[in-house]
Amino acid sequence: MEKDFDKKALTDMYKDKFLAPENEKRQVAAPDGSIIEIDPLDDYFCQERPKELKPRKGAVEKFLNWARAESLWVLGFGTGCGSIEIPPLVTPRFDMYRYGVQMRPTPRQSNVFIISGYLSVKTLKRAIRSYEQMPSPKYIIALGSCTINGGMYWDSYNTINRLDHFMPVDVYIAGCMPRPEALLAGFGKLKELIKEGKGEKANEYARNFDWYKANQKKIIKDWNMPDFNW
Amino acid sequence: MKDFLKDIESRFQTTDTIQQKECLAFTTVDKSRAIAMVTWLKENAGYSSLILLTAVDWIEDGVFQLTYLLNNPENGNEIGIRVGIDREGATMESAHHLWENMMTYQRELKEMFGIDFPGSPRVDESFILEGWDDIPPYRRDFDTKKYSEETFFPRPGRKTNDPTQYMKSKLYPKD
Repeated sequence: MEKDFDKKALTDMYKDKFLAPENEKRQVAAPDGSIIEIDPLDDYFCQERPKELKPRKGAVEKFLNWARAESLWVLGFGTGCGSIEIPPLVTPRFDMYRYGVQMRPTPRQSNVFIISGYLSVKTLKRAIRSYEQMPSPKYIIALGSCTINGGMYWDSYNTINRLDHFMPVDVYIAGCMPRPEALLAGFGKLKELIKEGKGEKANEYARNFDWYKANQKKIIKDWNMPDFNW
Repeated sequence: MKDFLKDIESRFQTTDTIQQKECLAFTTVDKSRAIAMVTWLKENAGYSSLILLTAVDWIEDGVFQLTYLLNNPENGNEIGIRVGIDREGATMESAHHLWENMMTYQRELKEMFGIDFPGSPRVDESFILEGWDDIPPYRRDFDTKKYSEETFFPRPGRKTNDPTQYMKSKLYPKD
């Protein structure tokens, strides 16, 4: 799985060509009046690799896993046609609040990311960025057959085929589209996994970070964001 | 509508005029007169609303066919102006000064078909394909299946059945 991967060379290659305007080096006036030069890619983002979270001992970890399983906060980021299945979940008919599942507006507050359907390359870039900003432990639910093998977009020039090469997936929900009931079942499955201590995909992401990054950079050709988005 | 089509035929030497129904017609005009005709339709004939600008790749003829679809809000008539342009080094005069939203269509055509519209605002910025480095994907010589297989890590094991053969083998296994 691990491959030789020269992060620095890749970043430098794309740095000049595609650098987003907000990430360009610029001079800024500090509060004390002095002019300082900042390089957002280096200064605004943490340069440390993601770390694996080691489990606590015995009953403490069990308690923590129970707590994690009962408060799944979902990032409000709809990525495909499947995002239309999420509004019914919030309404009284399905009511996901019963299960401790609720929507959150920002990645910093959430720990579950539902990839709801196909991902175009443009969206994948935003999805990766959002995922990396979520605090660990974090989980991904992949909704619909598009995330498994591309679904009906398997031969498209612009949508990815399998999600697990770019982001670690905890639970797949098959179907095109899965009904909200299936999504609730997926949450149930995710809870089981977390309570058994198997919701370890964030750690897997940290372990195989270079492999994931190499795959992401193969697809996203205008890599104009920092490698470490946290 | 018939008189109107005759009128524009005499004005702009349009050819291949087809009237699809009472309120919809398509006509073909030479590239050099196209923008003049669109301008005239907008300013003088009441076709003030742009519905869309789209392109078709006639690879066998070496031609991109642009269609300007215009609507006349007063009587509800619609007219499509078809313009053939060379596939090699495809360029077309920009019409962004007539409708503001034209620049978005032109930007999309630049990205998807590689048709250049010199002078159109932001036409060189990427629209939805960020950092695309292959030939434009809507051209018919672009093989989307091959590109997808080479790029997007296809999951092995996907196979498709010919429906006729599959149903035959299911329903009449003895034959």
